[in-house]
Amino acid sequence: MQIIETGNTAAALGVKLARAQVIAAYPITPQTPLTEKLSEFIESGEMKAEYIPVESEHSALAICIAAASAGARSFTATSSNGLLYMHEQIQWAAGARLPLVMCVANRGVGAPWNIWNDHQDSISQRDTGWIQIYANDHQQIIDSVLKAFCLAEEVMIPVMVCYDGYILSHTHMPFDVPDSETADAFLPPYQPPYALDPADPANLNTVTMPECRPDVRGDIAPGYMEIRHLLQHDLIEAIPALMRVEERFRAVFGRGGNPYIEPYRCDDADYIAVSLGSLSYQLHGVVDALRAEGVRAGVLSVHLYRPFPDKIIVEALDGCSGVIVFEKALSYGYQGPLCSDIKSALYRHAQGRPFVTNYILGLGGREITTQDLYEALKASCSPDGGAGEETRWIGLKLHTRGMQT
Amino acid sequence: MPVKDYRKKISLSESGPGDAGKTGSWRVVRPVIDPDVCIPGRRNAPACYICWLYCPDGVISRSVPPRIDYQYCKGCGICAEECPTKAITLVEESSFIKE
Amino acid sequence: MKTTILDLPEEELVEPGNRACAGCALGIAYRVGLKALGRNTLLVVPPSCLTVLQGLFPIAATKLPSLNVTFASTAAAATGLLAALKATGRTDVNVAAWAGDGGTSDIGLQALSAACERGDNFLFICYDNEGYMNTGVQRSGTTPQWAITANTPLKGKMQPNKNVPAIMAAHGIDYVAATSAAYPLDLYDKIKKALTYGGVKYIHIHIPCPPGWGFEPRYAVKVGKLAVETGLYELYEIEKSQLRHTGASLKLMEKRSLLPVEDYLRTQSRFKAISDAEMKKIQDHVTRKWEGYFKSFDEVEGGE
Repeated sequence: MQIIETGNTAAALGVKLARAQVIAAYPITPQTPLTEKLSEFIESGEMKAEYIPVESEHSALAICIAAASAGARSFTATSSNGLLYMHEQIQWAAGARLPLVMCVANRGVGAPWNIWNDHQDSISQRDTGWIQIYANDHQQIIDSVLKAFCLAEEVMIPVMVCYDGYILSHTHMPFDVPDSETADAFLPPYQPPYALDPADPANLNTVTMPECRPDVRGDIAPGYMEIRHLLQHDLIEAIPALMRVEERFRAVFGRGGNPYIEPYRCDDADYIAVSLGSLSYQLHGVVDALRAEGVRAGVLSVHLYRPFPDKIIVEALDGCSGVIVFEKALSYGYQGPLCSDIKSALYRHAQGRPFVTNYILGLGGREITTQDLYEALKASCSPDGGAGEETRWIGLKLHTRGMQT
Repeated sequence: MPVKDYRKKISLSESGPGDAGKTGSWRVVRPVIDPDVCIPGRRNAPACYICWLYCPDGVISRSVPPRIDYQYCKGCGICAEECPTKAITLVEESSFIKE
Repeated sequence: MKTTILDLPEEELVEPGNRACAGCALGIAYRVGLKALGRNTLLVVPPSCLTVLQGLFPIAATKLPSLNVTFASTAAAATGLLAALKATGRTDVNVAAWAGDGGTSDIGLQALSAACERGDNFLFICYDNEGYMNTGVQRSGTTPQWAITANTPLKGKMQPNKNVPAIMAAHGIDYVAATSAAYPLDLYDKIKKALTYGGVKYIHIHIPCPPGWGFEPRYAVKVGKLAVETGLYELYEIEKSQLRHTGASLKLMEKRSLLPVEDYLRTQSRFKAISDAEMKKIQDHVTRKWEGYFKSFDEVEGGE
């Protein structure tokens, strides 16, 4: 059924169709309408789930971790400082190998306080062992939530579905909402490989030593490092697993194709702009304008950020002479993390050596004008586009209050 | 994910004794129960069992008379201290070491 | 009907050879506590002495299913387990959290307060050894005034401790109890009674700690009893807002003979910095408090 609704509603509908059993969330702008929608579904009886109003995000994820440990399909959502407050638990959920799904309505982080969109919140969690998927529009939001539960339960690794705060969370777009029969055909009820129960008692996630020790039968059990290694190993295996999920999704819903990246006019591009989220579609317009001027430009949108699909990205960039990475986040003290990751991938896998430049923009919701994007990309789409500063900023207004660097 | 594979990937501990090894090796003094002074011992019937109640490690059995599992008894001495008839003596562990 | 030793289930739900210190009174409380809870229980345990007692991967000293969680999230995890049990149709299973004093009243207080407000149906047990003992005897919110700890090493703690059961009672929950490892039968009965109530039930257990408090392990029960017999620590329940002393504390009410506080305080090297003047202040405070209790007791009893 086609509807016109907000990104937060799309996410809520995805969670409803996924039949999440336990939902615990704390209100934070711009996620709030998502949890409010879920409360509405549950109170009206449309959705059968335990909804727990928590006193903090740290507790929200703690509840989900415990609920998943006892065999329930669990969900939470947050943004910005809420995500940061949960950080300890985010690390915990991955190490505990729990199939949680969390939506992040991307928002800039404090200090200072800021409620508008950028990617610093979720990007800063990239090292935790969660799978990270970035959606570019509302259809991708609802579809990614369904795929996330499926993937999470197959590989037993938690999944974060990220979408731009306000730009996607609060705007209206048309999208298709599957019926519940079709959704059930795609995503059956959660079958936990282990759930805490008096019939099969165990002590989960106690202190785990540096070295291997014998278990109760005298067999040598792994140590902490093996458990962590297996998380890493299974994250890499999640890359092909996501394609299997995508193929099933396409068979059931009739849409989908590439769960990793969304290339636009990249096949014959000399210069490729790379980005995450809704910015990608804004870049489409810029690329069309440049193409009309004879510049062979393209846009590569990255959907799967972690685990990083390095070979797939390098393949998509093959043949271009310049890669221009636009980011709404920064690894402070160095450069945009996506830029660093792409350079690393190119260094390892690429035949040629395109230049790579990095644009930082839109922090704290600073407006990104198509004109600014056009000027920046045009300047970079040239043989010496890689000369000069590697990391540049778009939309900075340092002339105010005498601020100069 | 198959159950067997999943259990290998997580920190899942099963119950069993001796997580800290044979904690009897911690002892400096060993509690010894005199069955003739011990209430259930001399009555030859279940009674008292204050030592069983207060043993932090549960190594005293609720039998007639109570028996101490010296593999795991840490020698804390609470049983000797709390016994109402002073039936339990704390003996130097070194005296039990055979030459 | 009060439970006697012979009434207690014989089965041990804790394995021997665990890592708790020799003479650890938590061992007593936990052993007896699990007998009261029974196998049909899920446990939640934050970082604490109990984490270590329960064992390191891959061996567990507890026979019950148990979830280790981050320090601040004990009560939230209990709520999460309940939600999963409800969602999967296992509403007959108990959930019991066992947290130390730090995990309850310092870092854990926020989540516990919220669970009380939500009315989540689990038992929260605080085993109070009056400090962060697992990490080496650092001071906590329940460390008594004047106690020497690793971070109050010379002068002792300046501030009086928090009254955690009172904080819990202020949430309006139906059942709050104060117990001691020195009186395990009282603890057993209170756990059994707590499980008959809905919402959050709170039980506070006083746990003498030989290395942390500075006394020989064999005196762990004696020290616990002296705390109660001097009136410094009280055994009671607050059932639907009614305060009622129990066991040895009730006996004090009837006999009116409190031991001097010095008998308890001078058994532990952590109180060696208390001067005679301060000792007198402590005694005066306890005497006044109990005079108040005696007066209320007489009024209630006298009105019969």
